[in-house]
Amino acid sequence: MTENLNFFPAHKLNKMLKSKEVSSADIAGSLNSVIQKVQGKLNAYIRLEKEKMLEQAKQVDSYISRGGEVKDFTGIPIAIKDNICTKGITTTCASKILENFTPIYDATVVKKLKAQHFVLTGKANMDEFAMGSSNENSYFGSVKNPWDTTRVPGGSSGGPAVSVASGTAICSLGSDTGGSIRQPASLCGIVGLKPTYGLVSRYGLVAFASSLDQIGPLTRDVEDSATLLNAICGWDENDSTSINQAHPDYTRFLTDDMKNMKIGVPRELMVKEMDSEIKDSVDQALKLARDRGAEIEETSLPSLGYALSVYYIIAPAEASSNLSRFDGVRYGYRNRTAETLRKMYKKSRAEGFGPEVKRRIMIGTYCLSAGYYDAYYEKAQRVRTLIIEDFRKAFEKYDVLISPTSPTTAFKIGEKIEDPLTMYLSDICTIPVNLAGLPAISIPSGLSKDNLPMGLQIIGNILREDNIFRAAYSLEKAIGFDKYPMHL
Amino acid sequence: MSIISKEDVKHVAKLAELDFSDGEVEKITPQLDKILGHVANISKVDTTSISPTSHTLEIKNVFREDTVRQSLSKEDALLNAPEEIDGGFKVPKID
Repeated sequence: MTENLNFFPAHKLNKMLKSKEVSSADIAGSLNSVIQKVQGKLNAYIRLEKEKMLEQAKQVDSYISRGGEVKDFTGIPIAIKDNICTKGITTTCASKILENFTPIYDATVVKKLKAQHFVLTGKANMDEFAMGSSNENSYFGSVKNPWDTTRVPGGSSGGPAVSVASGTAICSLGSDTGGSIRQPASLCGIVGLKPTYGLVSRYGLVAFASSLDQIGPLTRDVEDSATLLNAICGWDENDSTSINQAHPDYTRFLTDDMKNMKIGVPRELMVKEMDSEIKDSVDQALKLARDRGAEIEETSLPSLGYALSVYYIIAPAEASSNLSRFDGVRYGYRNRTAETLRKMYKKSRAEGFGPEVKRRIMIGTYCLSAGYYDAYYEKAQRVRTLIIEDFRKAFEKYDVLISPTSPTTAFKIGEKIEDPLTMYLSDICTIPVNLAGLPAISIPSGLSKDNLPMGLQIIGNILREDNIFRAAYSLEKAIGFDKYPMHL
Repeated sequence: MSIISKEDVKHVAKLAELDFSDGEVEKITPQLDKILGHVANISKVDTTSISPTSHTLEIKNVFREDTVRQSLSKEDALLNAPEEIDGGFKVPKID
């Protein structure tokens, strides 16, 4: 009975826990045996809770037997990306500079899940400081794609995506700044959602680019995505960028009804670099949408062609500021040979940060420096306004916009790591969304000839996750993707 | 025609408080040059009378009441300190 529990979605396990068909210990046990088998091969975790996870699950079972309420994520094992603070449990951001850093508080999203008595599987691996699209930039080693371990899982939330795809977590929390939830979800064949900017508190998320970052769910299906979003969203007084508005129960929008939905397909996102199989899978999904009563129309958002450049100025600029706190003074790695303070800063940072992080700090610093600020940073902010305006106009006509999530399926490890710019192009479809603060989801759209997952991106207007869930739930049912990489 | 020279890189490294060896400067300069060369394409966009966006939400000046609350304990604040002395963070001498 306990076999395959690790591939059940949370909503199914929740029913089974309520009816006492399974215990939290059963679920944790099922995950644990898979974790032992695959962690060495996939490296999805920087830190595993192991016995502590089983202990926690037993405690939750005891809580339930004493009459404790079984909420949506009570007793459910969840992986947390290692840039989200967990009190008393190391939070490394996959960097040497935070290798032994132990947070003194829980991120708000962790607090919310703890209040539901979730079970922590461990801290998931990622690209260092969330900078990357392949999870090859981790100080703790690359993460492998469970569908083909010679390939990348995507990034920066590679660990969270792989933990769910490989059945070593029921769901996970990741972060998305330019596509870091959606792109790995696409490459690993699972569902990944970036909520509207401000919907989920960033308190306790180690900041990369403060105007772009959002925490979001990675799950087996759309229903779990809506349920996990319910659990983690909401105004937080500790995050001055969080939205102070009541939010709906997102599971209300899982209606399987696309009648009269107006769908726009921006031609700038149907990029020419796209694999032909991916283009076919998008066309196929659009046909299914049409069959279900949606109206599809090609559209154009001209400024999207500049989104990649805007992002690779603004995100590094914000990062260069956010990462200036890592100087060896109050926490993190410190160089011990420097005799003076500033030498200590320079050496600690040079020795503690990986190459991609340093590249982005350098780009960001350059773009903000005197003489270059106007031409780069301020100019990028103006083009950002145009991008936001293009989306605003599009959403006057359409309920959602659809595109591929990633122009390719999972590429080979080592294939793009030598050329940063080629790597950056992996995010060409996802980046515009963060610049405009919009919500977007990636759902599996099929498998390629090489047995690699492909993903479909559905973008909504600000705070219009309702439309996203409506379209995603319906298309998920229509596409019927129910495969897992079982050959591990 | 390169955008960024090795001298520029050394200058930016100083601003960013990063140490690079000469070999690292050799390696990183063309990488940064390629990236900056690509992103410079935004200069082609007409942004006359378009104001910059720093933030996508229409909120500003989010404050709480100026009342004293429980703050961080010294123990917590020093928990991850590489070196401490007399309840403070110990650092090398200022240069």
